[in-house]
Amino acid sequence: MSEERNGRRTDSYYGRPVIKEPVWTWEIPWYFFTGGLAGASAPLALAADLSGNQRLARSARLAALGGAMVSPVLLISDLGRPERFLNMLRVVKPTSPMSIGTWVLSSFGLSSGIAATSDVFGVFPRARTLFEGAAALLGLPLATYTAVLFADTSVPVWHEARKELPLVFASGAAASAGACAAVFTPVGEAAPARRLAVGGVLAEIGAAELMKRRLGRLLAEPYEKEEAGRYSKLATTLSGAGAAVLGLAGGKNRAAAVAGGAMILAGALCERWSVYKAGFQSARDPRYTVEHQRERRRRKGL
Amino acid sequence: MGFFTDTSVCIGCKACEVACKEWNDVPDVIGELTGESYDNTSSLGANTWRHVAFIEQRIPTEVPDADGDVRWLMSSDVCKHCTEAPCLDVCPTGALFRTEFGTVVVQEDVCNGCGYCIPACPFGVLDRREDDGRAWKCTLCYDRLKGGMEPACAQACPTDSIQFGPLDELREKANGRLEMLHEAGVEEARLYGANEEEYGMGAFFLLLDEPEVYGLPPDPEVVTRKLGRLWGAAALAAGALAAGVAAAFIGGGR
Repeated sequence: MSEERNGRRTDSYYGRPVIKEPVWTWEIPWYFFTGGLAGASAPLALAADLSGNQRLARSARLAALGGAMVSPVLLISDLGRPERFLNMLRVVKPTSPMSIGTWVLSSFGLSSGIAATSDVFGVFPRARTLFEGAAALLGLPLATYTAVLFADTSVPVWHEARKELPLVFASGAAASAGACAAVFTPVGEAAPARRLAVGGVLAEIGAAELMKRRLGRLLAEPYEKEEAGRYSKLATTLSGAGAAVLGLAGGKNRAAAVAGGAMILAGALCERWSVYKAGFQSARDPRYTVEHQRERRRRKGL
Repeated sequence: MGFFTDTSVCIGCKACEVACKEWNDVPDVIGELTGESYDNTSSLGANTWRHVAFIEQRIPTEVPDADGDVRWLMSSDVCKHCTEAPCLDVCPTGALFRTEFGTVVVQEDVCNGCGYCIPACPFGVLDRREDDGRAWKCTLCYDRLKGGMEPACAQACPTDSIQFGPLDELREKANGRLEMLHEAGVEEARLYGANEEEYGMGAFFLLLDEPEVYGLPPDPEVVTRKLGRLWGAAALAAGALAAGVAAAFIGGGR
């Protein structure tokens, strides 16, 4: 707890934050959603293609391409100086998850673009599997690197969630990809997508709960209060209800599949917003930095 | 090269803040008195590269019913020019670099405003300037160092609270000063950031209270050191994602 001495909070300078709040804007949680959707849709497309389910493969391929096209627009729009986006491609910097992510997203866009073009226009059929394979491989880091990006900061609720955050994002991506494919594929051919969506939702809710438990009382707090808390509750409700509708009725009724899928997509988006907002909330209040670090010093015996 | 800021002799004159703004042509922000103290800049930021904190403390006295004495802690804060700098590591464009003097500088023509360095910094130093979208911070007067001069803040400081020089020499001076204060009975004096094994800072401080009182983190951490483990956790999650997709096809591809 923050101590009072001489009538003044001692955990910071006039209650001001110790670290700076990130300057990222609304595009970032949306990108985490579209990037995750695209990233998990690519391996889904490959698996559907290999199993001979071309309808499902096409839905997933187009979702991968759609996500890959929207994502860079969101990222460039978030930059303080969008005209200098090309500086991102000046270097390949292994110590910067954002640099690695830029390259993963660019090569993913290229591969999924070729795979989808080949499918829609029926050109380069032989190259398709190759590029589809590349997109599937690149989609895995695309869906998870964003967790590293957040965890590699001094924001306590992101950095201390470093073990569980990739799981939250990967399972949210799986749920999104399954839900999106279930919406755009006839029910008779969408069974694997429904399984992926429902499994993804269960894993997402479980991983988020595990993350909060491992963070402990103090650092789980920002995830449970204010905007982050509201988004988190909304995410669980929407994803849970969507999974129930899609899982129980989505196999018989296309309308149920569309409704359930849409709820799961909205739930995955809300989960990203919850994690994003929790970081801002914890950066704004010096308690989360100072108390957590004081406790660490005590444990070190300093 | 770096800074040793001895806050025990800081008089809060703000000459360092002003000299920094003048030399580096940092936009001035006037008329934002907080009402809490004589501080009108509040914290380090895009337009404040040296920040003088004014901490008003009441010291209880033996006299019953008396309000007690007031003591002022004043301290000039600055970028720590970390010897392992998280801001530099996470920068995706290479705009942040380490100079030949061992300091950390942002190249303003390369910075693309992504803002990654801002939450990476454990001290809340970097910030994005509203009007141009770029990240700004203390350059330790890179241009002056190149010309063989000392940084503007150190030169302007009338009490030598801000000292500039090679880090090992500064550490020696700091230890001497700490000993002197302890002998004089100022038991609460302590060094912050002078022990390179804890957290290497190219700008360290002699403080008269806990670091958090000055708005400094009590136990800063080089978060970027764990990058390998972070990627490991992401690789596990990516593997789980691939397995999940494959598992969805068990029981038929339709």
